[in-house]
This record gives sequence, C-alpha cells and structure tokens, in this order.
Amino acid sequence: MTRRFETGPAPHFAPRSTVAGVMRQVIYALLPALLAQAWFFGPGVLLQAVLAILFALGFEASMLGLRGRPLRPFIGDGSAVVTALLFAVCVPPLAPWWVAAVGMFFAIVVAKHLFGGLGHNLFNPAMVGYVAVLISFPVSMTAWLPPVAATGLAPDAGQAAAAILAGQLPADGSWDALTAATPLDRLRTAVASGQSLAEVRQAPVFGQLGGLGWEWIACWYALGGLWLLWRGIIAWHVPAAMLSTVAVLASVAWVLDPAHSPTPAEQLLSGAAMIGAFFIATDPVSGCASPRGRLLFGVGVGLVTVVIRRWGAYPDGVAFAVLVMNAFAPLIDRYTRPRIYGHGGNPR
Amino acid sequence: MNRAASRGAKPGALLHRFPGGLRLRHHKAVSCAQPVEAAPLPARLYVPLWQHSGPGAEPCVEPGQAVLKGQLLAATAGRTGGRIHAPTSGTIAAIAVRPISHPSGQQGRCVVIKPDGLDRWAEPGPLPDWRSADPAELLEAIREAGLVGLGGAVFPTGQKAREASERGIHTLILNGAECEPWISCDEMLMRERPEAILLGARILQRIVGASRSVIAIEDTMDAAGQALHAALRQAGGSDIDLVRVPAIYPEGGERQLVQVLTGREVPSGGRPTDLGLLCQNVATAAAVAEAVIEGRPLVERIVTVTGSGVRRPRNLLARIGTPIADLVAHCGGYADGAARLILGGPMMGYALPSDANPVVKAANCVLVLTADDLRPAQAEMPCIRCGECARVCPARLQPQELQRAVRQADWEEAATLGLRDCIECGCCDVVCPSHIPLAAWFRHGRSGLREREAEQHRAALARERFEAREARLARQKTERRRRIAEKKRDLADRQAKQDGIAAAVERARARKRDREEP
Repeated sequence: MTRRFETGPAPHFAPRSTVAGVMRQVIYALLPALLAQAWFFGPGVLLQAVLAILFALGFEASMLGLRGRPLRPFIGDGSAVVTALLFAVCVPPLAPWWVAAVGMFFAIVVAKHLFGGLGHNLFNPAMVGYVAVLISFPVSMTAWLPPVAATGLAPDAGQAAAAILAGQLPADGSWDALTAATPLDRLRTAVASGQSLAEVRQAPVFGQLGGLGWEWIACWYALGGLWLLWRGIIAWHVPAAMLSTVAVLASVAWVLDPAHSPTPAEQLLSGAAMIGAFFIATDPVSGCASPRGRLLFGVGVGLVTVVIRRWGAYPDGVAFAVLVMNAFAPLIDRYTRPRIYGHGGNPR
Repeated sequence: MNRAASRGAKPGALLHRFPGGLRLRHHKAVSCAQPVEAAPLPARLYVPLWQHSGPGAEPCVEPGQAVLKGQLLAATAGRTGGRIHAPTSGTIAAIAVRPISHPSGQQGRCVVIKPDGLDRWAEPGPLPDWRSADPAELLEAIREAGLVGLGGAVFPTGQKAREASERGIHTLILNGAECEPWISCDEMLMRERPEAILLGARILQRIVGASRSVIAIEDTMDAAGQALHAALRQAGGSDIDLVRVPAIYPEGGERQLVQVLTGREVPSGGRPTDLGLLCQNVATAAAVAEAVIEGRPLVERIVTVTGSGVRRPRNLLARIGTPIADLVAHCGGYADGAARLILGGPMMGYALPSDANPVVKAANCVLVLTADDLRPAQAEMPCIRCGECARVCPARLQPQELQRAVRQADWEEAATLGLRDCIECGCCDVVCPSHIPLAAWFRHGRSGLREREAEQHRAALARERFEAREARLARQKTERRRRIAEKKRDLADRQAKQDGIAAAVERARARKRDREEP
C-alpha cells in the first residue's frame, strides 16, 4: 500500500510575512500621526488622505489593466495606499482636489508603473508626486493652515470639503486668515532676510521646541517609526543615520551662529525630518539594501536636507533629498556589499 | 578581543556569533518522548546502490544468492567511494531500478532483499585493537564498513578522514547541533549511546592525529547534555570538551559551527581541514565506534519519524532499505491532512513523491507535514528589496541581488555575488514577504553554475587535446618535409656522384679510345 504525495521545493514552511502585511503595518504606524495632524490642523488632512487613496487605487487599477497584470494581488498589496497616505500628510490640508489627482498621477503612473510597477521604481513614488505638485502649484502647496490652537479658527469637515472640492471658503474666513507659512518657511525667510530668529519665534505658529503642533506630529511619527523598528519592518540604519546627521549639522550651525540658525530641535521637529527618517527614506524599493549602504543613504538624505533648508529655494528639503539619494542608491549598494563568508577576514 | 580569542584559545573555549540565521520553533519534544525503538523487519528491503557522494556502487551479488547481515552487496571501484552491505540476512530477490530517495529525484539500481527473518550476522573479520592499531588499519576498517557522513552530506567517512590526516588536524569537532526543526535522531543518540560517540571520537582523533575533540550540542538539548557529561566523566580524560551552542538555525551547518566555535571562517571553496579542523556528525562517530570495535558495517540508522502528519511521532532504529511506508505505519500511520512527505527537515529536506521510497544512509528524518504547515499556493510578488533575506543570510550574501542574476542566467554576476558560497539553508526563502522561492532558485543556480564549470572544464580539456593534436600534426608535417628534403638531397648527391663517376668512366673510355685509335 503505497501512498503518493505532492512534492515541492524546500523550505517546506509557511511564509512568515507578506507584502500586504508589511504595508498594513506601515499604515498602522502612520495613523497616530495622521490623527494628530487632524487634531492640530483640522479634518482637511483626512479628506486629503481619502482623496489620495481613491486616486491612487484608480490609477493603480488602470495601470495594472493596461499592463495586463492581475488586479487582485497588486491592488491588495497596500503599497498604493501607503504612497497615498505619505503624499496626503505632506500637502496643505485645504489644497484643492486636483493637487491629489496630479500628485497621484505622477506617483502611481509615472514613478511606479512606468518604471515597472511594485518593486521596480527607482524613485520614491510619494515623493515624486509631492515634488511634482510642489513645483507645479507653488501657491497652493505653500498655503498651510495655521494650527488650530494658534488662531482658534477651525474649519470643520464640511467647510474643509467645500474648500478642497469646490474652492469655497468658510463664510466668516478668508484665505489670509486660513493660510500661513510653515514654521520652517518662516525661519528660512528670516535667515534669508537677515532677521533675528528670536523675533520670528514670537509668531503664534511656534511651539515649545519646533512648530506649534508640528512638534507633536513629529513625535507621533517617531513613535510609529519606533514601532516599525520593533516589529522588524524597517531597519535602524536609515533613521539613525539621517536624524543624527541632521542633528549634528544643525548643532554645528547653531553653535556657530545661534542668532541666525534654527535650533537642532526646530530642524528635527518642525518639518518632514521625522516622517522622512522613519517612513520615506526607509522605503526599501528605492533605498539601499546593505547595512553600510543604508547608513550612507541616511547620512546623504540628512545632509542634502540640511543643505536645502539652509541654502535652497524651498523651506524643507526632505523630499528632494530622498529623490537625490534614490538616484545614488544602486551605486551605493554596489560598493557597500558585505564581505561574503569565507572571503578573507580570518584573523591570522 | 576577537582576534586574541581565536588565535590563542582552543576551539569552543569562547563562543562567537555567525551572521544571520533564524530562531525556529523546535518541534523536537514530540519525537523525544520515548526511547528509540527498533523498526520491524519489512517484507522486502530495497537497498539503493547510490547512497554516497561520488559515483554509485557496483553490485557484487546476484539474484537468488543468499546473504548474511553485514555482507558486502556492492562497492565502488577504487578505494574512495561507498560500500553497501546487507541490512539483514535473506536472499537477493532482484537488482532493479527503483526510487532511491536521492535529492536529484532520480531512480536508480537497488538490491532487493527478501529477509529470511533470522537476521544472522556475517562473521566480522579480525578486529584491530584501536588503542594500539596503526591509523591506516583503522582507516581501512572505516572504509570497509561503508561509513558516510550521517549528517546529510554522505561524504565517505574513510576518504574524508584520510584527506584530513594528510592535512594535519588539531581538533575534531563532533557536530551534535541538529538545528533543523523536528529532527531529533542525533539528540536521541546522544541521550542513549553517549559512550559510543566518545569512543568514536577517540578513534577518529587517533586516525587524524587530533589532540582533542569538541562535541557541540544545542543549548536546548538538556538530556543529551547530561548524558554526554556523565559519559565523559566516566570515560575520563580531558581531551574531549562538551560545548553548548545557541540554537539558531543553521548552527549545525559545518561552516557556521566552525565560526561559532573558533570565530574563524572556512575559506570559500575550502573545507574545515584548511583550518586544522575536522567536522563529523555525532552519529558518524558512533558508527565509527561500531565499525572498529565490533566490525559492524553501516546497515541501520536512527530515523526520526515525525511531523503533524504522523500519529505517533518517535525515533526508530531502521535498516537501510526499509520502505518509508513501513516506518510511518509503525508510528501509527498518517494523521488526517498529511500533505507532504519529506526526507530530512523542513528547511533543507526534499519532498518525496511516494512512501515506497526506502530509508537510505542520509535519511535522518521522515517528516510528514499537513497543508497547514506549508506555504499556501500564493502568487509570487515582485521583490521589494526589503533586505530581510540579506539580514538572515549566514553567508552574508545579498539574495535580493543574487536572485535577479540567477533568474537572468547571468552566471558571471551570480558568481561575483557569491552563488558558490550559498549554503542553501533556505533562511532567505522563509522570511521573504514576496514569497519568492529563493532557495529553489539558488539550488537551480548552483547546479547551473556547476554544469557550466564542468562544461568549461570539458571544453578546456577538448581545446587542450585539439591543440596538442594540431601541434603534433604540425610537428609531423615539418618532420616529414625535412625527411623528404633530406632524401631528395641524398638522392641528388648520389645522382651527382653517379653522374661524376659516369663522366669519369666516359672520360677514361674516351682516353682509351683515343689511345687505341691510331
């Protein structure tokens, strides 16, 4: 009595994780900061997130259809949702709906699918989308809301929807009251015009350590990022290298010229440093894979970020820094391959 | 610190880490609950002729012939390869092509034995007293007994030990770090027969001239550790150390174990003997003792029969050639949902198409898994370069780059990226979120690379032969030309000489005529 069995290649093991599972955990880690942003800047960001997700999934589905790829596994992998969320938290909460449409077109269609789809994109899709709209629509993209706590003005969900979808302002508000430069933008303008920073910091958009509200959102990003680290979804190399580079360079500048340099805390907690370090520069597809490569990549992102913030035309540089380093990632990987077992290295 | 430790200290005195690896659920307790049991004698034994690395053995028995247990059935030509012995007494029913439980999945010739039920041993030859015997004599006993590495590589032990003794070995490493989940045959052997392992170690030490041995076991093997410890105390001597290493897969890999015990790496393409170390599995050591002390060839081994697809998992002492179906039946048969039959462990074992396959010398474990244990048939996703595979790779490879090179059959690139240094442990495969069958790709790639190298070797040989022939022909041609020219010159010389003579004769005649004519 012999019994026959199906065969298959070793290892005979159930897989430990899935791409969808990885993406899902990244989404969970983003949620606290997303809610914090809604708390400090009103519900607009949630609507932006919904819009971006819808556009992203729409573009993803159409591109998969055009490329003749199966819909189910790729729509379900969650990567488009992550891209959409990262984009949504970067755009001003009341930015018009077509910002999300254009941004997601560049992210999903251009940066992702024209390069071969999931796993093949050279550049971080969310940042490509963000930079595309930042360059295309500078006015819409720099009009941030002041934090609710600073003005007491809080557009509710209906008003936010009207502003985003129809460009209508709340009856009692005006764009002037509703828009404000970001804290980093103010600091940069002040530095450029030779103003003393102490004076600028009196503005209501500043909080204890960084921008009012921003500092807390940054902390939530850091907390979500630490959770991802603990779960083993991301490695420590990129966040550690990037944040310490920013901290060290900011400290040096601040010690040398405290009157005209943002404090290290302002650098770390006001802009996109935290989300960049834990969620954007850690994107595995467009980043480096080897440990030493990841350290170099992180240092590079931190360096370019600080340089752009100090001398560039944009108040924040994380998006550009990530894209610049994306271009170098394959080269870095090539030169930072670890020594293979048995190839030298034995103490003599 | 690392440097000083690895230079000065004895292997195992200080433990090191190997890169990567996985902590896996053990599943060993289920098969360790009861002592090793002898498997019943099956109705037929199917003994494959190819159970060792290298070429298969040639039979030296004929169908119809009666054989005794331990009698030689087949041997390879020369003095290196494997020898196959009868696992019981009986008659040779046939020599037939059947499944041989080889990773290649091929069929091969098997000696089919119909047991007579008496299990009578053949008389062993004269046994050397190992304490005073010449190492060469001991080597011969091991070779005669058909010993192969029982950890899975099935390299002929005699050949390995002889090569090692030529290289000079200071420490013998006995590998008891059975790191694959489910497998417990070595652990049970260490619990039940620790003295045989120690004896085997001392014999091997004598053969290769090693001054000491290190027995490495996993820190989770409490009972085995105690048994060995007690046996060591009883045996006396301070030349054998017991070292507990952390249970991280693939700790039991030769290269990883060497790294953990010494902090040094076996050179790429080399062997532990390059570092003055010889690694043997603990079961091989026990078999050495049996071969040398009792003159018994390798005809049975402990096989773990386990898995969620087996009703009563346990360890069996099984004769080589026993159909796996008989072992599973002795363990209560298959549980509901048994979906895959594996020879070896879940990480590196290979799936068998049928339980008619026989137990072979390499068979440490018969593992039956249910569909729940296996990966669900799921679409492979593209690599997202998450780097998990690189993090767990004990060879410090970058599997995400390597798999691309292998898929594209870019052998140059694959070799540069270290395909030859892949140990096929499967860690990368298990952690891949995209479910890329990395281990299968790398096995395919490594055989591709080997084939290509063999092809290049053949081509080089052919070119060498061709060039030698061309040179020979050219040499012959010039030689011939030279000879022809010489001959021509000779001929011409002779002609000239003859012409000269003829002319002289002519002149003489002419003068004569002149003189005679008035």
